[in-house]
Amino acid sequence: MWGYLLRRGIGALIVMWAVATLVFFMLRIVPGDPFAAMLADAGDMEAVEALRRKFGLDQPMYVQYVKWFWNALQGDFGTSIYGARVPVQQLLIEALPRTLSIAGLSFVIALIIAVPAGLIAATRRNTAWDHGVTFFAFLGLSMPDFWLAILLIVFLAVNISWLPAIGYEPLSAGFWPWLSHLILPAIAVGTGFSAIIARMIRSSMLEVLKTDYMRVARAKGLANSTLIFYHALPNALIPVVTVIGIAFALLMSGAVVVENVFSIKGLGRLLIQGILNRDYPVVQGAILVVSAIFVFSNLLVDMLYSVIDPRIRYDS
Amino acid sequence: MTALLEIKDLVVEFATESGSLRAANAVSYDVSPGEIVAVVGESGSGKSVTALSVLRLIPEPPGRIAGGEILFQGSDLLALDDEAIRRVRGKSIGMIFQEPMTSLNPVLSIGRQMTEAMRLHLGLSAAQADQRAVDLLKMVGIADPESRLKAYPHHLSGGMRQRVMIAMALSCEPPLIIADEPTTALDVTIQAQILELMKDLCRRLGVALVIITHNLGIVARYADRVNVMYAGSVIERGPAQEIYRHPGHPYTVGLLNSVPRLDRPRGSPLEPIPGNPPDLVSLPPGCPFQPRCGVATAGCADALPGLEAVAAQHWSACFRSRQVYEGALT
Repeated sequence: MWGYLLRRGIGALIVMWAVATLVFFMLRIVPGDPFAAMLADAGDMEAVEALRRKFGLDQPMYVQYVKWFWNALQGDFGTSIYGARVPVQQLLIEALPRTLSIAGLSFVIALIIAVPAGLIAATRRNTAWDHGVTFFAFLGLSMPDFWLAILLIVFLAVNISWLPAIGYEPLSAGFWPWLSHLILPAIAVGTGFSAIIARMIRSSMLEVLKTDYMRVARAKGLANSTLIFYHALPNALIPVVTVIGIAFALLMSGAVVVENVFSIKGLGRLLIQGILNRDYPVVQGAILVVSAIFVFSNLLVDMLYSVIDPRIRYDS
Repeated sequence: MTALLEIKDLVVEFATESGSLRAANAVSYDVSPGEIVAVVGESGSGKSVTALSVLRLIPEPPGRIAGGEILFQGSDLLALDDEAIRRVRGKSIGMIFQEPMTSLNPVLSIGRQMTEAMRLHLGLSAAQADQRAVDLLKMVGIADPESRLKAYPHHLSGGMRQRVMIAMALSCEPPLIIADEPTTALDVTIQAQILELMKDLCRRLGVALVIITHNLGIVARYADRVNVMYAGSVIERGPAQEIYRHPGHPYTVGLLNSVPRLDRPRGSPLEPIPGNPPDLVSLPPGCPFQPRCGVATAGCADALPGLEAVAAQHWSACFRSRQVYEGALT
């Protein structure tokens, strides 16, 4: 188990290094740089050159790369080029909890909707219940999250003022202020996800309900609830967990779009502003964090397998 | 002796694209307490469907029990509500299925799967149920039963899994166990062990056993009585030894001729039954075996023969059963 974790951990670090390196060079291959964008209108090429020197952008690319890599290894991602020269770490530390809160809550909301919906659709196959779940699943899948976000703001925040329309409150400001600002973005991100998961649970359950061991369990005289929750659901969840792992990472990217609608200064907004401003250190830092979340959520899912499926063990 | 289980004129239909398929067509047989009854027939003869109907395990839809009665200890199982039939399943009638490799839930421990029925039906505590599970595993010949309780199905071989299934079927001490092709998926040597075990346990505990099989070898050695099924009906019934020596139906004769036997010369060819089983969606009006029958007469295609006694406790559904029984036609 520990040997496996170590191997996977090293693999994860290699992936993150590759992503960071790729992003580093791609940012610099694109013509132009932050200072040209800032000062080109003024036509002051002297000032542009001075700033380039100051931030080391006049040096050859490999020198910049080695410097950046060495600093990053020590946890120093540089400072934002744009604006107040805030250290990138500080920007990330402020943004990450917001994005994780949205992704986490949308994940919870999605599962709360998807698991019962999938189970109902599978156990009442071809009834009105099943058709209803299918209808709402397609509706949820077909609605772009930013559009749903706008609808939610219009109806639940503007028209009836149940929940705040924009912004974010940290958990330290209290549970309800934190939660109330997250509910709408989380619903916007989680709806499409819950539709996918509900459909997967339905088809996976239908497979499991046909198996021999379910017939054996039925022949023991067990109650329906025991059959569904203890015998069928754990088996049906095995393929679903794979998707959940990938989809959690996708929720992060959903959060990127939705953060802009709700004006939440999360990782997504940070990344988009960084790209627009050609703020190299910010983009590099943000993408490194996103890739870490992708890689480690997948690792977590592989660990989860061994919890729900006793046939999978990582000790040998 | 009154029957423990009595199936009367059971009709089971399946909805298919080409129409309603009659998997069981007025099937009747009975089982006395402590008796071992074999139900023999080829695939699609309705033997498994009949057995599954007893516990109402036919998937509905597409299946449907369209008629008949299944009396168990005097009460009609088909008339019970869902709650009541659940109390019969596992508690009064145990069931063993064909595929030991897929019959155990892969994500639940053996202990959990063995004890849940006992805790539900017998009201045992967790510790009592574990203790009884250990005793049962010992009884079915599994070594080191304590540690097996914590094992998962993939840790066990096919033969061991079928032993676990037998232990599970016996766990609530039901008066009847139905075994649907219990050894078909196992190696021949393991088959014999499992059948000996089932026979021995049923005799010792006084449990009645219905063995569903297509293997006539099993019938002669392990069963007291035999029901031969063809195209959804019982076409011959009688004591196992008697049917083996003096079959009363041309189909049974055909079955016996198509398996290798030690009392025939080595190298003598097996005689297969020509043709295929009939289409159960559109059964012909006469005897369903008539198109494949070597001794059919003109009348066989027009009328359906009923079960008629050919000897004491021996019935056959053939217009020429007397001659077949006496060996006059072979």
